[in-house]
Amino acid sequence: MKSVRTVAVLFLAAMAIACLFASFLTSSTYAHQFRDIPDAPPSHQHLLGTDDLGRDRFARVLYGTRVSLLLAPAAALLSSLLAAVIGGIAGFTGGWIARVIMAITDLFLSLPWLLLLITVRALMPLNVSPITSVIITFALLGCLGWAAAARVVCADARSLVQSDFVLLARASGAGGLRLLCRHIMPNLRSILFAQFWISVPVFILTEANLGILGLGVAEPLPSWGGLLRELESYSSLTAGPWQFVPLVLLIAVVSCFQIVLHKQELPV
Amino acid sequence: MLSWWKHAARIVATILLGGLLGATLLRVAPGFGIDDEELDPRLSHASILALRQNQPGENLLSFYFHHLTRLAHGDLGFSRTFERPVSQLLRERAPETLKLVGLGLLLGWTLAFTLALLTTTARSWSLDLGASVLSGILLCLPAALLALLFLLTRAPVRLVLALIIFPKVFRYSRSLLARSAAMPHVLTARAKGLGQLRILFWHVLPTAAPQLLALAGVSVSLTFAAAIPVEALCDLPGIGQLAWKAALGRDLYLLVNLTMIVTTVTLLANSAADVLGHALTVNPS
Repeated sequence: MKSVRTVAVLFLAAMAIACLFASFLTSSTYAHQFRDIPDAPPSHQHLLGTDDLGRDRFARVLYGTRVSLLLAPAAALLSSLLAAVIGGIAGFTGGWIARVIMAITDLFLSLPWLLLLITVRALMPLNVSPITSVIITFALLGCLGWAAAARVVCADARSLVQSDFVLLARASGAGGLRLLCRHIMPNLRSILFAQFWISVPVFILTEANLGILGLGVAEPLPSWGGLLRELESYSSLTAGPWQFVPLVLLIAVVSCFQIVLHKQELPV
Repeated sequence: MLSWWKHAARIVATILLGGLLGATLLRVAPGFGIDDEELDPRLSHASILALRQNQPGENLLSFYFHHLTRLAHGDLGFSRTFERPVSQLLRERAPETLKLVGLGLLLGWTLAFTLALLTTTARSWSLDLGASVLSGILLCLPAALLALLFLLTRAPVRLVLALIIFPKVFRYSRSLLARSAAMPHVLTARAKGLGQLRILFWHVLPTAAPQLLALAGVSVSLTFAAAIPVEALCDLPGIGQLAWKAALGRDLYLLVNLTMIVTTVTLLANSAADVLGHALTVNPS
């Protein structure tokens, strides 16, 4: 199992490096159109052919991987930070503040995730520049994905508050803020780290869902969701197997995350 | 009895909180209180001002109060995208979604639970590996993509939801059953020579039942969420497709009401599972 995990980590690292250095691996950009060769099959110039607008599919896959693979951790970082603050405060203060915060957390947990995202996404302007759409999509994921992690953080913070070392710190005159920042939060690091890694594949899959529905990253900027949306126009599975590269990559990357996270239980 | 009241109070509080959140989103959304008629170039400035005065300019709390009063009277508002009352749209589309979600839950749970039971009782290495690989691959596929693949392969799209909830239900129920099967009283029962089926139905399942019921409650919410991309992409006229069209048309009244209704359904499902689980814990027989 350890060797499988090492392979998974190496694969994820290779993917991250490949998408970071996308400009070195391909000469064309994701938006450049080769208008005389739309829908071309794979060739030396275009390793995965071109799409119906004549854009190099290999370049789009690389840049799309960059968007999905680098921004999902950013969104996960945002949601973990929010979970740390919200869950930490609820667990530390207790009483009615904790009850109110947990009621809000319950509300977020009872809202179907995709419906909530679609609703809040619809409140934002839909006709925006590609960069703005990337920021909106991943900021929304980060801002709305904190609830499950906050519940775990709150439970852990509550048990820390009742621990002996916090009692000693309190007896030696440490104030609330000092207790929270110097004693509680540092001990929540491992939980937050686990929650961060659990969120990354969830956010990658959610972006793919939003992208396929046309509510994710706007064209011409590619993302896995946007690239997978192209499958909608295909008539059969055998028409062009190279068109399924984004699908294979998505399965491979999310599987690798699952293997790496094997010891932690994934959230439902 | 107290547990029932507690659950009911929690549901009402969460729905009210959700309503406030929904009303806040409606109130602060760009374009609130602006009438399409204002875009008419023939109107003078005075006419536009007169139109604006007719728009609801109330503060958030009074807006929320009116929103709740309308909801209490069964008035869910008017859909701008479909130009019809929201309640009428829901009446028409709810049966399709309920059918889809019901079938998905039934098939998904049957498949997942049967496989979980088999892997726990048979202890076959190959079966466990096969089921783990299948559920692992399905976990990596977003609902929308699975729906697209079903369309491409011309497979029956109503089965998509079953495959979406299958991996989650399978993994959790397998680990719950495995944990129950490893408990000391089960080992004692096995040592005393009890049959496999008797151990399963008398000792393993009752111990795991409360958590399995909680999982059943959560799977309702999961299935409702997955119904949105499935209905949208497979052109099934249900509530999910309605939510997607409302999002594309920025039909906020419709979206917020849909969110509240689906939240209520999932809360009821979760609470029912909690209460039932609690009852089973208190009286395992």
